[in-house]
Amino acid sequence: MTTYLVALIIIGGLTTAGVYLLLERSLIRMLLGLLLISNAINLLILSVGGPSGNPPVRGRTSAGETVTADPLAQALILTSIVITMGVAAFVLALTYRSYRLNTIEEVGNDPEDTRVSQLSGTESADEIEERLEPDRMRDTDAPDELDALPGFEGSR
Amino acid sequence: MIPSDLAQVITPLPVLIPMIAAALTLFAGRRPRLQRAITVLALSVVLVASAALVRLADRDGTVVLQVGGWGPTERGMGPLGITLVVDRLSALMLVVSSIVLLAVVFYAIGQGIRDGDGRQPVSIFLPTYLVLSAGVYMAFLAGDLFNLFVGFEVLLTASFVLLTIGASRERVRAGISYVMVSMVSSMVFLFGIGLIYASTGTLNMAELSVRLDDVPEGTRAALFAVLLVAFGIKAAVFPLSTWLPDSYPTAPAPVTAVFAGLLTKVGVYAIIRAHSLLFPGGAMDGVLLVAGLLTMVMGILGAIAQSDIKRLLSFTLVSHIGYMVFGIALSNQLGMSGAIYYVAHHILVQTTLFLVVGLIERQAGASKLERLGGLAAASPVLAFVFVVPALNLGGIPPFSGFVGKVALLEAGAQVGSVLAWMLVAGSVITSLLTLYVVARVWTKAFWRSREDAPEGHLSGAAPTALVDNTEDSMDIQLADRDDVGRMPIGMLVPTGALITVGLMLTVLAGPIFGYSDRAADEVLDRGQYITAVLGEAPR
Repeated sequence: MTTYLVALIIIGGLTTAGVYLLLERSLIRMLLGLLLISNAINLLILSVGGPSGNPPVRGRTSAGETVTADPLAQALILTSIVITMGVAAFVLALTYRSYRLNTIEEVGNDPEDTRVSQLSGTESADEIEERLEPDRMRDTDAPDELDALPGFEGSR
Repeated sequence: MIPSDLAQVITPLPVLIPMIAAALTLFAGRRPRLQRAITVLALSVVLVASAALVRLADRDGTVVLQVGGWGPTERGMGPLGITLVVDRLSALMLVVSSIVLLAVVFYAIGQGIRDGDGRQPVSIFLPTYLVLSAGVYMAFLAGDLFNLFVGFEVLLTASFVLLTIGASRERVRAGISYVMVSMVSSMVFLFGIGLIYASTGTLNMAELSVRLDDVPEGTRAALFAVLLVAFGIKAAVFPLSTWLPDSYPTAPAPVTAVFAGLLTKVGVYAIIRAHSLLFPGGAMDGVLLVAGLLTMVMGILGAIAQSDIKRLLSFTLVSHIGYMVFGIALSNQLGMSGAIYYVAHHILVQTTLFLVVGLIERQAGASKLERLGGLAAASPVLAFVFVVPALNLGGIPPFSGFVGKVALLEAGAQVGSVLAWMLVAGSVITSLLTLYVVARVWTKAFWRSREDAPEGHLSGAAPTALVDNTEDSMDIQLADRDDVGRMPIGMLVPTGALITVGLMLTVLAGPIFGYSDRAADEVLDRGQYITAVLGEAPR
């Protein structure tokens, strides 16, 4: 299989730019990155489909070509364009919704994840739960277990 | 008896029927009862069809359908059109998924009826759900890589809608990262398809498996690696798994249950196909074994830290994907057979557990461990439906989790390399830690009294229904208190049915393991698949 260097360079360039944009937090940039990558892949499929040639229809020729063009590559590209377009529309709708809700179109952090990761070793959720808070209101004159706690010795 | 010719008719049904039903339910958007009837009917027909396919594939060998009759033009050449292939593995996946999809749709309807007939399930829920199931079935039936890609896209697009249903703040945030990660994985997959087409000139899996043998070793490894990255993201294998616990827990309970049960397993199924049909020889087994080990251990360590049951279960989901990767990467017959059995077991048990979390939310109004307590006394039925799948997940002996794990451990011991023994040790530790995690949920949510829960007084709020998952609805609403504490029978029965099916995996462990053994033989011996599709030797 022969292929053209220009196409390969464009594929590489588009993918690089796409990955760079995808790593941003702004949703519009991420979407643009996604579109660039998908175009790079379409170009890749087109260039692996081989050189141009006659239309793949019986009895049709075009400008004296000797080989027949590969119709499968183009069918694949069409499918992938349609899918990307649908998803792009969905992402735009999500972006708008996110903008309406948060007045900013950026990807937020996972709040629960942040909360869990901020629990340090000594203050894990379990220990917070199990730390008994002495209840001053319930203290009576009779000796009880609270009297053993530091700071409560003289509560009787 | 089912005549063999019928296979040609039954094979496309799992894709066709949900698609048609999705269109019909869209038309019936204003008539919820009709919508539900169509959905239940369609999914039941698919269940019957896939049960018939299991029987046919087990009796007659691989069933092949060349869609539209565009078959091979000459012997040994690939077919011109789309090929649908049902072997024992895909038939098993079909039947397990259709059981789960049917049970969950009953559950969703039960939940919706309880939450008020008019609005919920919102009128797009059922059509989207049907499209999702068509995508899942298409991925299992696909006989060529591009059709697999289309199946993935169909199910992903439907899952985007289901995950962000209602479009609350939390769901939009989770949905965005889910959409982006899924699209990246699709792009990597499409890149792989382009590269494979460049090096072989075909996308039909049977023809690929013949032609890829002539491709130089280095190129083969590179192509395999690209596909593994794409499937690894979908299956949530460790370094590529962080998106899952972030996005799944925000969705409504039935949606999370289906996602957890099926979507990752479609990725595992694709890994099985790529590993044994397209690129046999175990070029990447070392990488896969390490990834499997890390998936198990990191996943379960993540689960220990969580306090929300949904997130905790999402982490155990990631962790147990490691078991399947372990079985696949061992590249021996018992490992593959154990992996296949484990996939079936895990689809059922993980879905059930997420459905139970939906019941807990309904019963107590919260899924955070800080707010739960005293559930065993409040509802013994709920305690029962939690503890059976929970012990099953942990791999306690009578249950199917134990059977699958023992097979995997034996397969690991058969291989006997240092890495395999490390995985054996890792999977035992993971199993124990899973037990610890579910026991923690049990002691906190079920055993201790609610007064001991740090935020116990905050629970008892309105359960999070399909559309309201906003911050406000998490607080106490006294007016809604009488909703809490009653689990509708429509939610309880499907959960119970799935538990029963899960127990059947134990009761019928002999025949089912025999089936998965034959499925593993068929998967590892590529000859049957290739002959069936390319028709080199007439059957």
